[in-house]
Amino acid sequence: MRFGIVTFPGSNCDYDAYQAVVETIGEEAVYLWHKDHDLKQSDVIILPGGFSYGDYLRAGAIARFSPVMQDVIAFAKRGGPVLAICNGFQIACEAGLLPGALLRNASLKYICEFVRIRVESNDTTFTNRYAVGDIMRVPIAHGDGRYTADDETLNRLEGDGRVVFRYAGGPADADEWWSPNGAMRAIAGIVNETGNVLGMMPHPERAVDSLLGSDDGLRVFESMLARIGV
Amino acid sequence: MSRFRIAVHITPRRGILDPQGKTVADALHTLGFSTVRDVHVGRHVIVEVDAGTADSATALTREMCEKLLANPVTEDYEIASVEGA
Repeated sequence: MRFGIVTFPGSNCDYDAYQAVVETIGEEAVYLWHKDHDLKQSDVIILPGGFSYGDYLRAGAIARFSPVMQDVIAFAKRGGPVLAICNGFQIACEAGLLPGALLRNASLKYICEFVRIRVESNDTTFTNRYAVGDIMRVPIAHGDGRYTADDETLNRLEGDGRVVFRYAGGPADADEWWSPNGAMRAIAGIVNETGNVLGMMPHPERAVDSLLGSDDGLRVFESMLARIGV
Repeated sequence: MSRFRIAVHITPRRGILDPQGKTVADALHTLGFSTVRDVHVGRHVIVEVDAGTADSATALTREMCEKLLANPVTEDYEIASVEGA
């Protein structure tokens, strides 16, 4: 199974994603250059975190028009699985692969810390190794993570079970919604209508080994292997 | 073909939380501008473009706004001025 990891100018989690794939689930990973129209026959595409094109104009707005993204969009529309993390989530929203947008954190501060998120759906390519209600401890590192969409879109996402992760409160009230960045309905991750594109602000690829502080993100990769494994 | 200089205002859509605008409004209140009711902070983009007429330059800029300059989910845009450059 081959994971294609896109490198944009300003991506900085591409190597983390590479390590997560190669060292933890032992699968093949290749880098995809933003200027090439070549997905190198990848089975999964990862849009990694970072600051593509310096976040100029809006986070993800420029990357969305880079050459490789035209192929990624076509791949996603054919049903190809895409894991879009952090800046990748912003790019996927700008590209119209996912609904809504990610705006400046309500605090106006860049937030870099471990947070707790709750698995809201395990009926996906990316979370089938979790149970609904599982609390994961994973890092976030973003300035623009406030998920925003109109009420109709939010209701549809919830109604269709497409909210995959929500920010969760402290240990005593893990079921409470709580959002570090002001995200509407504490949304941390969603899938598209056909379930093959996951966008999430937290970084599962940085939580794949207890040496990193948590291995709660590992099952995202194991889930993909279990569902797509070729 | 003539060259046109087009100014575009892009602002957060009304009703969407604008923490930057709110922070600026709070600061203005602190400075004593007690009659300030609301502040919104957006972007001001100037595009210089070659086109046959001012109308076609404007139409082209609108297309740029729809495709890239503004995010249709969260922002509104307005062509503020069109001048010969």
